[in-house]
Amino acid sequence: MLTYTIRRLILAIPTLLFISFIIFLIVKLSPSDPTAGLPLTIPPEVREQIRQSLGVNDPILIQYFKWLKLMMWDEPLHLIEGWTGWNVAPEGGARIISYQTRSPVMELIVQRMPQTLWVVGTSYIVGILIALPLGIISAYKQYSIFDQVGTFVSMVGFSVPTFFTGVLFIVIFAVNLGWFPSVYNTTHVVTDWDSFIVQLKQIIMPVMVLGLYNASQISRYMRASMLDNLNQDYVRTARAKGLNEKVVVLVHVLRNSMIPVVTVIALNIPAVFGGAIITEQVFKVNGIGQLLIIAIQGGDVPVVQTVSFIFAVLIVLFNLLADVLYGVLDPRIRYD
Amino acid sequence: MTRTSLLLGATALAMVPVAALADAHSTRGSSGHLNIIYWQAPSTLNPYLSGGTKEVESSSLILESMARFDDTGTMVPWLAESIPTVENGGISEDLTSITWTIAEGVTWSDGSALTPADFIFTWEYCTHPEGGCAQASFFDGVTSVEAVDDRTVRVNFGSATPFPYTAFVGSESPVLQAAQFAECLGARAPECTDANFGPIGTGPFVVDEFRPNDVIELSANPNFRFPDRPYFGTVTFKGGGDATAAARSVCETGEFDYAWNLQIDPTILAGMAAQGNCEVVVAFGTSVERLHLNQTNPDPALGDMRSTVAGGPHPFLTDPIVGQALSMAIDRALLTEIGYGAGGQATCNVLPAPELYASTANDACLVQDIPGAIALLDANGIVDGDGDGIREYNGIPLRVLFQTSTNAVRQDAQALIKQWWAEIGVDAELRNIDASVFFGGDPASPDTFQKFYADIEMYTNNFAGVDPQAYMASWLCSDIPGPDSQWQGSNIQRFCSPEYDALVAEMAGTADLQERGRLAREMNDMIMQSYSIIPLVHRGGVSAHAASIDGIRMSDWDSELWNIMDWRRAD
Repeated sequence: MLTYTIRRLILAIPTLLFISFIIFLIVKLSPSDPTAGLPLTIPPEVREQIRQSLGVNDPILIQYFKWLKLMMWDEPLHLIEGWTGWNVAPEGGARIISYQTRSPVMELIVQRMPQTLWVVGTSYIVGILIALPLGIISAYKQYSIFDQVGTFVSMVGFSVPTFFTGVLFIVIFAVNLGWFPSVYNTTHVVTDWDSFIVQLKQIIMPVMVLGLYNASQISRYMRASMLDNLNQDYVRTARAKGLNEKVVVLVHVLRNSMIPVVTVIALNIPAVFGGAIITEQVFKVNGIGQLLIIAIQGGDVPVVQTVSFIFAVLIVLFNLLADVLYGVLDPRIRYD
Repeated sequence: MTRTSLLLGATALAMVPVAALADAHSTRGSSGHLNIIYWQAPSTLNPYLSGGTKEVESSSLILESMARFDDTGTMVPWLAESIPTVENGGISEDLTSITWTIAEGVTWSDGSALTPADFIFTWEYCTHPEGGCAQASFFDGVTSVEAVDDRTVRVNFGSATPFPYTAFVGSESPVLQAAQFAECLGARAPECTDANFGPIGTGPFVVDEFRPNDVIELSANPNFRFPDRPYFGTVTFKGGGDATAAARSVCETGEFDYAWNLQIDPTILAGMAAQGNCEVVVAFGTSVERLHLNQTNPDPALGDMRSTVAGGPHPFLTDPIVGQALSMAIDRALLTEIGYGAGGQATCNVLPAPELYASTANDACLVQDIPGAIALLDANGIVDGDGDGIREYNGIPLRVLFQTSTNAVRQDAQALIKQWWAEIGVDAELRNIDASVFFGGDPASPDTFQKFYADIEMYTNNFAGVDPQAYMASWLCSDIPGPDSQWQGSNIQRFCSPEYDALVAEMAGTADLQERGRLAREMNDMIMQSYSIIPLVHRGGVSAHAASIDGIRMSDWDSELWNIMDWRRAD
């Protein structure tokens, strides 16, 4: 298992280099311009100077290698310095600078992470907590009323887009009932019970919107996987041994059914860090997703490049994690 | 009771009248907290590093300039004692310098005095060749900025400048603190993240926290020169979401007090405003939604020569008769009502404001006249010869490619205009291009508005400030975009007339305001009667504020938050 993991990690390096280059080319060759969003009253000579000062006009390969060097060497050093306080990063050294804010991209990402983890992370946990029982009961009582309603709800949750449910929730709960705020306050700090309640109120709508979507997806996997196992011979054996229904379903069947579901859950974790572009926009959460979309609209290549690359790293890592987990959960699977 | 507490009690009693006065919402911070939402979030608070409206307006709470423009476009002295003119000796007789005197007692929010050195530094900062300063055009023609004495700054121009109110006037060219930005000149500008995100200013508010593209927390400047203002003690300036959601948060949920730039379906906004929680405010500046009629030939068969002067004139759009008929067929009032509501007015001028410069010679276009357009074309022999419903001009059918940026309002307008033109026998093919490409100016892209690989295109343009001289100079023959200039140049429709160029030169040498007005009107009429530009809608800024806020005087000539120090919450 260890050699397998190491082999995969080493193989990941060329993969990631390739991904980073492709992302860079896609972003760079797309017809976007960091000065496009400026008012037309700013004359072309000034725009050209702005582009010049941003380094947009450098040869493409030079821009890529500059970025790569900063991403692989300088930024990790700054990260280590930030975490440990050791003075390792080059003093006043270059950073990956955003075109829009003219500040280091990594600081933007660090600033955006808390609200994304609060909202998207909580919604993922809520989604899982809803999906698992829903999937188990739906499968155990296949074609019952519960199963039909559960299937209907998850189909709705899966197919209705979040920009619709989000606005619907705002109109009902913020405008008409006035229960929750429609604008997320990113500066709110949880210090005591009261501020926790405020935080709860402001995340509840985005969490429910995203949670519904996540739950629909995972519950379908859970149900299908349970159905596969419920008809297996070992289940009949367990029942024949006289084990009670609870033990049969929750210990024997569930454990085996969880194997594919756990990998699905693990594979989707990078999406938590990626934020939720649309939902963040609807509720003004201003997390990673909003950072990315604003950067795309503004032609802010360094931000798009860095954020996408971090996603790529997370996806590669969680793919590996899912594969390893598979081996841990299912003793029949061995990689060596 | 001890003696001290007795004394304290007496003091408290003595304070009562003061406290009663304070209740009348007339002291600093007495109106409490103000929530502003801009659905496009500011990415920096240094307006010199980003020319976007959102950055300029958010930083106008902190940074100030010598003079600002009020809601009528009139200049009001701000950091300056008074507005310099030729009469009061503030502007030299030969129009090559302007001398500003800083008002007494102005300090930075850190308590240090505002000095001419700060202005000199700001000029150096923005004109540094490696800085990429977004507001460099405000310092065009400035050869030096010098200190006359402790409170007097002189801006020198290289040549006679009839309108010298550019540098240090309005929200785009405020003064930076030399001490804070000293290390940030040129290529080092982006390294100064702390300064760019928290500039020290002279304005009513200071930055407590800035999160780029998200939120700004501000509080009243303790060293502000007016001891009783600003009336609001703290401000949250939130960004993000979209225009409809911003309107909703002010007019429906009441979470915010002020929402900016609500370019949404006018009926939706009117419905929200009807609930009575908010008031919609509109300010008109110089923005005009217009059609540009390509005067050069965009025929793809010309290859690299298409839409260039070298490629030859357009087969029919250079004839004013065609342009006039196209203009007469358009119902501007309907376009305004559908697309802009209160935020628009039908217009027949490319230069609609300030009042002094607005011509009335073209107002006939305000009424749609399809029969008139048909008669005009018929009378000039532009008729449908082959019976396909499309007229021909010297044998060339009047088919046009009509492009604009992707935007719901513009696509509605395109569809309506296409229909009106079909009624007069002109066929339009519609095309829309993503705004970031269309306005992106990438010389390699065929789809930019500068390249104009189409017959007609529609967008909005305006000019900053109140003086139209630079704007009217957009249509010089020498400003036609082309491959030799990397497609840069503001004469988008490729209009060229020596008489027009002469008027531009004349205006550049004229200081008298009335005379400048006459020249500007004449230039406007010349462009209008060439029908190379067909103006459609004079667009205003639309914002909404909570009904409980008083003192808002929205200006489109400056930051719309220009007088935020006077805003207060009504009882």
